[in-house]
Amino acid sequence: MLCDQCHERDAIVHLTQIVESVVTQVHLCERCAAERGIETSVNVPKNPLGDFLQAVQQQAAQMPGDAARCAYCGTSLRDFRASGRLGCAHCYGAFEQSLRELLRRVHGGTRHEGWRYGVRDPELMTRDLTLHDLREKLHRAVEQEEFETAATLRDQIRGLE
Amino acid sequence: MTLDLTLLPDGGLHWLSASGDHSDIVLSSRIRLARNLAGFAFPTRAREGERLRVLHQLREVAPRVESLRHAALVRVDECTPQERLLLHERHLVSRELAGLDQGKETQVAGAGAVFVTGDAGLMVNEEDHLRLQVFRSGFDVPGALREAEKMDRELGAELPYAWHGEFGFLTACPTNTGTGMRASVLIHLPGLVLTQEIAKVLQGLQHMGLTYRGLYGEGSDVLGNFFQISNQTTLGRSEEELADQLVRVVKRVIEREEEARRVLLRDAGYIIEDKLWRAYGTLRHARNLPADEAMNLLSGVRLAAGLNLVSGLSVYTLNKLLIFSQSAHLAQIEGRVLTEGEANLARARYVRQVLANEARLPG
Repeated sequence: MLCDQCHERDAIVHLTQIVESVVTQVHLCERCAAERGIETSVNVPKNPLGDFLQAVQQQAAQMPGDAARCAYCGTSLRDFRASGRLGCAHCYGAFEQSLRELLRRVHGGTRHEGWRYGVRDPELMTRDLTLHDLREKLHRAVEQEEFETAATLRDQIRGLE
Repeated sequence: MTLDLTLLPDGGLHWLSASGDHSDIVLSSRIRLARNLAGFAFPTRAREGERLRVLHQLREVAPRVESLRHAALVRVDECTPQERLLLHERHLVSRELAGLDQGKETQVAGAGAVFVTGDAGLMVNEEDHLRLQVFRSGFDVPGALREAEKMDRELGAELPYAWHGEFGFLTACPTNTGTGMRASVLIHLPGLVLTQEIAKVLQGLQHMGLTYRGLYGEGSDVLGNFFQISNQTTLGRSEEELADQLVRVVKRVIEREEEARRVLLRDAGYIIEDKLWRAYGTLRHARNLPADEAMNLLSGVRLAAGLNLVSGLSVYTLNKLLIFSQSAHLAQIEGRVLTEGEANLARARYVRQVLANEARLPG
C-alpha cells in the first residue's frame, strides 16, 4: 500500500482518526508520518538520559536503602543516579535487572545487533581477564592491609603467569 | 607555549580540506566508538594507577596497530590550560578530556591522553578508556565507518575489551552501550535558518532517531548556523544501519538546505546579496572582532561562497578561519596568553590578513 501523502513510498503507519464522529483511515510512510509529527516504530524519548535517570530513581526508591552495590568497584545505584555513569563493566552484572529495563527505555531494545567482539583466542582472553581481575584484587587487598588474602592472590597470579 | 601542533601528522586538520562530497554544506563526517578495557574500573571510577596502566597498555600496543603506528601521543594531563584549549578547538579532544567543563576548569583527569594521526584519533581515559575517532572531509560517513572499524578490529585484537553477550560493548554511560558508536556530520544550514524552516527540520530529526548539537558537540551552543547531527541511540541496531539512517536523513536535509538557498536567491536576491557582502566587508575591515560575531559573519561569507556570489574564496580557507580564529589558536599565533579583549583585536587582525592574502573578489 502506498503512502496517502507522497504516493511514492510504502505506508507503514496506519492511523485511525476520529473527527466529530467521522472515522477516517490514513496510511503514511515513515518519512511523511515523521513530518506530521506522528511517532513511528523508532520511538525515541526526547531526553533519554533524563528519562533514564528518573527511571533509575524510581526503581531505587522501591529498593530499601539503595542496597544494590557493585562488588567489584563499589559503585551503588545511588552513585549512578548522581553521576549518570557506571563504575566498571561488572556494574552491568550487578544492576542487570534494572539496566535491562532502562536500556530498553533509552534505546528501544537491549540486544546488541552490531559488530561481534572476540577475535582473540578465547582461552588467552579469559586468562588475561582473570589476571587483570586478580591484579586489581591484589591492589585492593594491599591497600586494605589484608595481607593473607594478598599472599593467596599473589600465588594465583604467579601460577597463571 | 610548548605544544606544537604543526608536528602532528597533517596538524590533525586533514578533515578541513573541503575535499569530500557536498563540502560547501557538510564540513566533516565523523565516527566515534566508545570502548573500555576489561579488568579496569571505568576512568571516572578508576584510581590514578589504573588509568596510568590503561595508558601504558595503549603505548605498548600502538606500534603493532597499523592505524596508530605513526600517531603522535599528547599527554593532555601534562598540557597547560591554553594547550588543552588548543587541542579542543582543533576537535582533537573533548571538553571533558580537556578539563574544560564549566566550573571545573582546573580539573584534568590523570593519564588523560590522545593519539593523533592524519584524520583519526584515540582519546585515552576520557569518560571511557578509549574513544576512537575518525574524521572525513565533507559528507563521507561510510568512509569514516570503514576506517573506524579497521582501527577497532586492530585494537580489539591486541587488548581485551569490556564486552557483554547481550548488551554488546560496555560503556560508562548506558546511553552509549551496544555499538558505542556516534556517527555525526558537521553541517552548515544558513538557508534553513534564514527561511525559518530549521525548527521543523530539527524536530523531524528526533522522530528519525537522530539528534543535533552545536559545533563542539555535547553541551555546546549552536553558533554560526553550524549543527552536528548524529544518531541518538546506540543499541539494538547495527553500526551500518545506524550510519545508513544518518546518511539517508542528512541527504534529505542537504536537499532542503539547497532548496532554501534557491528560494532565498529567488525571493530576496538583493537583500541576501547585500547582507552577505556586508558580512564580508566587516570581516575584511573590522578592528575588533568578538568570537560569536566572527562565527556568524563567517557563516554569511560561507553562504555567499556556496551561492557563487563571491569567487576566489575557497571553502578550505573558510574552514580554516573557523578553527584558527578561536582564542587558543590566536594565542599561539601571537605567542602569548591573551585576555578576551586582546583576543578580539588579534582575531580581527588575523581574519583581515587571511582574507587580504587569499581573496580575489570582484567589486
